[in-house]
Amino acid sequence: MSVLYALLFYVATVLLIAGLAMKIRQYWITPAPLKIPTTPAPTTRGGVVLRMIREVVLFESLFKSNKWIWLFGYMFHVGLALVLLRHLRYFVDTTSFIWSWVPLISPIGKYAAFAMIIGLLGLWARRILVERIRYISGPSDHLMLALLVGIGLSGAMMTFVVHTDIVAVKIFFLGLMRFSIQPLPTDPLLLLHLGLVAILMIVFPLSKLLHAPGVFFSPSRNQVDDPREKRHLASWAAKLDK
Amino acid sequence: MAAEFQTPEFREYPAVPNALINDATAHLSPFIAKPNHQEPLGFPGELVENWEEKAVEKMGDLLTKYRGLRVYLDSCVKCGSCTDKCHYYQGTSDPKNMPVARQDLLRSVYRRYFTFAGKYFPKLVGARDMTREVLDEWYSYFHQCSQCRRCSVFCPYGIDTAEISMAAREIMDSIGHGQKYCNEILGKVQTVGNNLGLPGPALKATMAEFAEEIEDDTGLPVEIPIDKKGADVLLITPSADFFAEPHIDGLMGYAKVFHEAGVNWTLSSHAAEAANFSMFIGSYSNMKKVAERIRDAALELGVKQIIVGECGHAWRVAYSFWNTLTGVGAGADPSDEYALKLQKQLDPNVPQPMHICEFTYDLIQKGKLRFDKSANDHRTVTFHDSCNVARASRMGDWAGGQFDIPREVIKACCNNYVDMDPDTIKEKTYCCGGGGGLLTDDLMEIRVKGALPRMEALKDVVDHRGVNTLAAICAICKAQFAKVLPYYNFPMHMLVSTHQLVGESLVLTGSNQEKALQPKQEEPAKEDEAQAKAEE
Repeated sequence: MSVLYALLFYVATVLLIAGLAMKIRQYWITPAPLKIPTTPAPTTRGGVVLRMIREVVLFESLFKSNKWIWLFGYMFHVGLALVLLRHLRYFVDTTSFIWSWVPLISPIGKYAAFAMIIGLLGLWARRILVERIRYISGPSDHLMLALLVGIGLSGAMMTFVVHTDIVAVKIFFLGLMRFSIQPLPTDPLLLLHLGLVAILMIVFPLSKLLHAPGVFFSPSRNQVDDPREKRHLASWAAKLDK
Repeated sequence: MAAEFQTPEFREYPAVPNALINDATAHLSPFIAKPNHQEPLGFPGELVENWEEKAVEKMGDLLTKYRGLRVYLDSCVKCGSCTDKCHYYQGTSDPKNMPVARQDLLRSVYRRYFTFAGKYFPKLVGARDMTREVLDEWYSYFHQCSQCRRCSVFCPYGIDTAEISMAAREIMDSIGHGQKYCNEILGKVQTVGNNLGLPGPALKATMAEFAEEIEDDTGLPVEIPIDKKGADVLLITPSADFFAEPHIDGLMGYAKVFHEAGVNWTLSSHAAEAANFSMFIGSYSNMKKVAERIRDAALELGVKQIIVGECGHAWRVAYSFWNTLTGVGAGADPSDEYALKLQKQLDPNVPQPMHICEFTYDLIQKGKLRFDKSANDHRTVTFHDSCNVARASRMGDWAGGQFDIPREVIKACCNNYVDMDPDTIKEKTYCCGGGGGLLTDDLMEIRVKGALPRMEALKDVVDHRGVNTLAAICAICKAQFAKVLPYYNFPMHMLVSTHQLVGESLVLTGSNQEKALQPKQEEPAKEDEAQAKAEE
């Protein structure tokens, strides 16, 4: 089982990183030939950075649009972020100074799991109950929620109900990072949790989870509003000047 | 042709999102372009033989040219934020008029041919083959999008359905399945110089008539020059300003402002058109070709400044794209001879291009224009932000100047001004219903229905705030409102051009209006007056 999961995580990690790198490279090299920021837009680079931070940290546009989606979406994402930070303890040496903050925020991460799950269930409820959102939802949208809820629930169960040997889990992952396969506890919940996480890592670059890198490349959000001051020219478009 | 349809009922205000009615407007499709509309633009005359393959190939080409398209197609999480934001959805209840569902018409094909999930698990991610059914759906629903970008404001990733509908139209053009209205007009502007196909001599005669009309009114020889070499300013305005109401009154307003400012200006018969419908069909090369007529005219006439008249999408093309397309602007690279040729000629001390509202606003700020605001006292005015001005361009040097400047101009010449509901103006403004290449009689049903949210917000201020005048700054908005206001039982004459309000209250130096005001102005100045009153 340890070998199987070790291989699974190696494969998942390679696919996640390679897949994301390929997508990001694709976004990077594809030119944005025209200035199309949604205005009013910042007129300086610094302003664009602030706009992007507001978008990524506060979900500004979503807040303008719909308070329920914002609330559930925000609960899920912030919950997930805190839970992920808590999980750092499985991968780093928390006795070293630079990681000494990880144990400090871990208790928050523990309860953030609830925010994450409630947020996901709220979004799922809307997907089923609101006619407009039900119409635009496909099987993959429901499956993605099921996957995330499964990860959240199995993880929370281990934290609050059926504990696993987390020291052994840490040894397993630290071992993976040094290419040495250590024994992984075989609790069904843990195997389920890790299996779902591996699936999530694999589908990340193949699915709508690409919104995470995508938002940074969105021309309507990341362009400076200065078309009169600077000539903006893509290479394929420049050829038409001749 | 035009089938019978019902003008939507006003809903309780503010309205809640409608229940869905499947395929409510599936029957709407504009006339298909004929070979003589297609071929001059470089598109096949009719649907090519292996069009399914060609369409996918074209999509692949666009995906490598437009980062936005690629990112937008990948990033949507179906959160539902945009679903109630489109005026066409609100007016028709057709679920395919929800922005995300409209995008999905194209996204489903993108997934099928360009993504792993769509290639191997099409059912799971809603991927579809490129079929005749899909093409017909594209043709119908991508011509029920006015590319107004309202959805993009509310999307957490800024996904812009306009970009997707432009791409879809570009793909359809490339396989010989274009829209008659846009492509026929583009043919005219590329051969004659304006959307109407109005030749130079006719234009001159019309302008002479307008000048005469102004002279009858003001007693002053206010000029509307064409092709005047050595002019400092070239005015590029939508050709609707030459023949349609209330556009003409706006044009006369510009002429009066130029006259009062003592500007040496001209129109160009070669580039007698600000509109550039190439944007609507997503064709970069055609957009450049049309914009190049303006560059050529500017170089030929030797002007130092380019000013753009009241038009929404044209201002987007001018403000956001002209510098890119033809170098009308500043900041070209030192090695960029093409752009520098023009930029060296243009005055670097003013924004290039400049919007007529920016120009008038600057003059007002400098105290160079005098208004008799009482000339507009019979009006209570509200202002319709045009989508392309509001969400795709700017005026002035601050973000949001496009909202402030037209309002300041109106307030400088009108005593009674009221804004519509904040959720329906500025960046949240609703499209007039006729933008994006939909301003054609064969799409009247969608135009009327799409106007519903704007008409509701208008009714709110008409009923509760005494508004009797709707001011617009876009040729398409004006033409659209002129047609749809009566459907909603508003009087057509409540519609005005913004520069019509300017023109009707501007007191030109030495004019009949100034003379009529003279006795009033000889009265003691305001402070004296106040003092006199106090003494009484």
